[in-house]
Amino acid sequence: MGEPLSLSGTSAPAGVGGGPVLEMTGIRKVFPGVVALDGVDFRLFPGEIHALMGENGAGKSTLIKVLTGVYDIDGGEITLGGSPVRFTGPLQSQKAGVSTVYQEVNLCTNLSVAENIFIGREPRKFGRIQWGLMRKRAAELLTRLDLDLDVSATLDTYSLAIQQMVAIARAVDVSARVLILDEPTSSLDASEAEQLFKIMRRLRDEGVAILFVSHFLDQIYEVSDRLTVLRNGKLIGEYKTAELPQVQLVEKMIGKELAVLDDLEDKAQRTRTKSAGAQPILSATGLGRTGAIAPFDLTIHEGEVVGLAGLLGSGRTELARLLFGADRADSGELKIDGKDVSLRSPQSAMKHGIAFSSENRRTEGIIGELTVRENIILALQAARGWTRPIPRRKQDELVDKYIKALQIRPADPEREVRNLSGGNQQKVLLARWLITEPRLLIIDEPTRGIDVGAKAEIQKLVAELSDGGVAVLFVSAELEEVLRLSHKIEVLRDRRLVEELENTEGVDADRIMQTIASGAVQ
Amino acid sequence: MTILKNRLFWPAVILLALLVVNMFTSNQFITVRDGHLFGTLPDILRGAAPLLLVALGMTLVIATGGIDLSVGSVMAISGAVACLLISHLGDQSAIGSVLLIVAVAIGASLLLGLWNGTLVAGVGIQPIIATLILMVAGRGVAQLITDGQIINVQSSPYAAMATGHFLALPIAFLIAVAAIVLVTLLTRRTALGMLLESVGGSPTASRLAGIRAKRITVMVYVVCGGFAGLAGLIYSANIKSADSISAGNLIELDAILAVVIGGTALVGGRFSIAGTVIGAVLIQTLGVTVVAVGVPSKATLLFKAVIVVALCLSQSATFRQKVFGRFRPSRPAVAAEVPA
Repeated sequence: MGEPLSLSGTSAPAGVGGGPVLEMTGIRKVFPGVVALDGVDFRLFPGEIHALMGENGAGKSTLIKVLTGVYDIDGGEITLGGSPVRFTGPLQSQKAGVSTVYQEVNLCTNLSVAENIFIGREPRKFGRIQWGLMRKRAAELLTRLDLDLDVSATLDTYSLAIQQMVAIARAVDVSARVLILDEPTSSLDASEAEQLFKIMRRLRDEGVAILFVSHFLDQIYEVSDRLTVLRNGKLIGEYKTAELPQVQLVEKMIGKELAVLDDLEDKAQRTRTKSAGAQPILSATGLGRTGAIAPFDLTIHEGEVVGLAGLLGSGRTELARLLFGADRADSGELKIDGKDVSLRSPQSAMKHGIAFSSENRRTEGIIGELTVRENIILALQAARGWTRPIPRRKQDELVDKYIKALQIRPADPEREVRNLSGGNQQKVLLARWLITEPRLLIIDEPTRGIDVGAKAEIQKLVAELSDGGVAVLFVSAELEEVLRLSHKIEVLRDRRLVEELENTEGVDADRIMQTIASGAVQ
Repeated sequence: MTILKNRLFWPAVILLALLVVNMFTSNQFITVRDGHLFGTLPDILRGAAPLLLVALGMTLVIATGGIDLSVGSVMAISGAVACLLISHLGDQSAIGSVLLIVAVAIGASLLLGLWNGTLVAGVGIQPIIATLILMVAGRGVAQLITDGQIINVQSSPYAAMATGHFLALPIAFLIAVAAIVLVTLLTRRTALGMLLESVGGSPTASRLAGIRAKRITVMVYVVCGGFAGLAGLIYSANIKSADSISAGNLIELDAILAVVIGGTALVGGRFSIAGTVIGAVLIQTLGVTVVAVGVPSKATLLFKAVIVVALCLSQSATFRQKVFGRFRPSRPAVAAEVPA
């Protein structure tokens, strides 16, 4: 159960004869400093819906971009319909029969449904577009997909779900061999998604090979026949969906084996009981934001480390952003020190001693062209306002102190921060918030993409802060980390906080994965 | 070697070269008459004042990643307001009234800057479009103010802003110097400069660091409007009239060029006041030199373009690498962006 299928064997899905329509072997893709894909094999059979699974940074998008010709590969082989291919551009892969429908619909909403399906390849006679024929063929195509639309109506008169289906209709009409659906359901509601699945199944039955990417586990189980799991750019395995329990899938995506080893070493290093009588700093009641995170209750005490666990897209980041005022809540109440507050902006959260380090280090964290010193003092300076500059001597003092304390390398405050490694940039960000002396530090994925040493240092820092009475809201995709550091763990799934667990002896990665996989345990 | 690598090295060299050319071609490069400095050099410094002022404001706007195309129209409006009010004065030489009118005109320019800033930061319109509105509409407003006429004034205190001298130096030049000092103090003695560069470097990251990015953005457009207004007053004082058609015509392009020559990138972030000053004086000197060396008027624009191309090439890292690279060990490549 759950063992990888043999890649060389004849394990084509039942009911489908012949070999794979698409086969990728030993695919390697290297970006400067990062191996994005490391010897990945991938097979797609005609007449199957195949889910590509993996956490953020696992290599899913890179694999799709390789398939669609956006990236050239550094090693490996791709065969399509049995003959080797090498895509050098999206147009080429489309011509070869690989079509992609992205999360955002790339259609012209001001044109009619028929025009959108045939744009760029309208049926012509003597140079004139044959409108009648175009509408007729569009209608036929949509009927085939069980869609009843007025093909002359402009696309914007239909919902996003229908627009997506029109995009799919166009894709299969252009080239019907391989269809890639990259998170098509992320903006659809349940019934719309169901409608989409119906079309996917119909196309599958017609022999189209469908590659499906989604962060919603339920949907994967509902619609996919097989799935391939990637982790850290490596292939973990290829499985039949029906034979792989959800818990095991989550394990394979997150990488539990490693976690177990680490956990053995670190077990009992950390006292998991928070000091009795700690005052609550922040308590949220029914706080939520439509489309981002369902209303949740959460209380954070002094010196408490609260871990947020859940898969990508489960609402981890959205919850954290609400507590920092980066996004505004549209429901619920928030109390800080027992007083009602509304966090309308990051500034207002900072006034209450809340700090937030984003998961997107490059785009929402560091300012690349400013120096290490400037990056570190930025938040403190922002809080003081521009008219009250921090005296240079004081700046140097603070910056030196944190460069030493966090071992930022190189220890040069005047170096542009973009020239530092990811781990050191992360430390600069932590230093930025630590000098503001926060009472609640929210850190979103502080250890992602950084080396093991820096990771351990950051974990140690969180523990020290907690001992010093600072509350920490720790968001991480790595359960092992969350378990090691947290006093209590909030488990999220499908943009909903489904369970709160005190991190006591009985709680382990399995227990959390169970919740992630199946919703709250009754 | 390090001085060669400085971005301002070549602009400074070209500026000096142009000045040397002028020393030989002009009859009077610099001389003292009636206790005042006269000649080509003081003329260049006096004539550069409007461009310097506009380019200073533009530097701050560009540092936030924006652009202000409306500076020329703001100049026209401010000159029109001032000349209209002065023309209604009983005594056009009354210093107090003229000073008050100057303040009113600058106040109006600050409001125009506030309009730009609100469109950009408040409404979220792209800066190039937001300021294009005032660029087009502003000239219309200026023409309405002057009723489509050129308003002439006979006010010696007003004219002195452009042509007067103080301590042997042109007053226009002194105003520009005061503005340079003011902006330098404002940005480098407070934290404003760093916060500006942070907003220009990454607006999202800046917001999440608690910087009031919108407020800062509005502020730079207001400052830019104010300086453009001041430049408009000097321009109009120089010709003792308000000419809504040609006041500050196309000056936005020279100002943007001055900023870029000075090493501030159009995408925002790090900015250099000293660079902008060199850039603005260089552009003014170039204009004077073209006339001085007798380039036929038909060819002046092309001549200017050639110099500007040479300048830009001298600042291009790729070009320098290709031309000089073989003589030096190549510089280590900057770490490339890694897609997430």
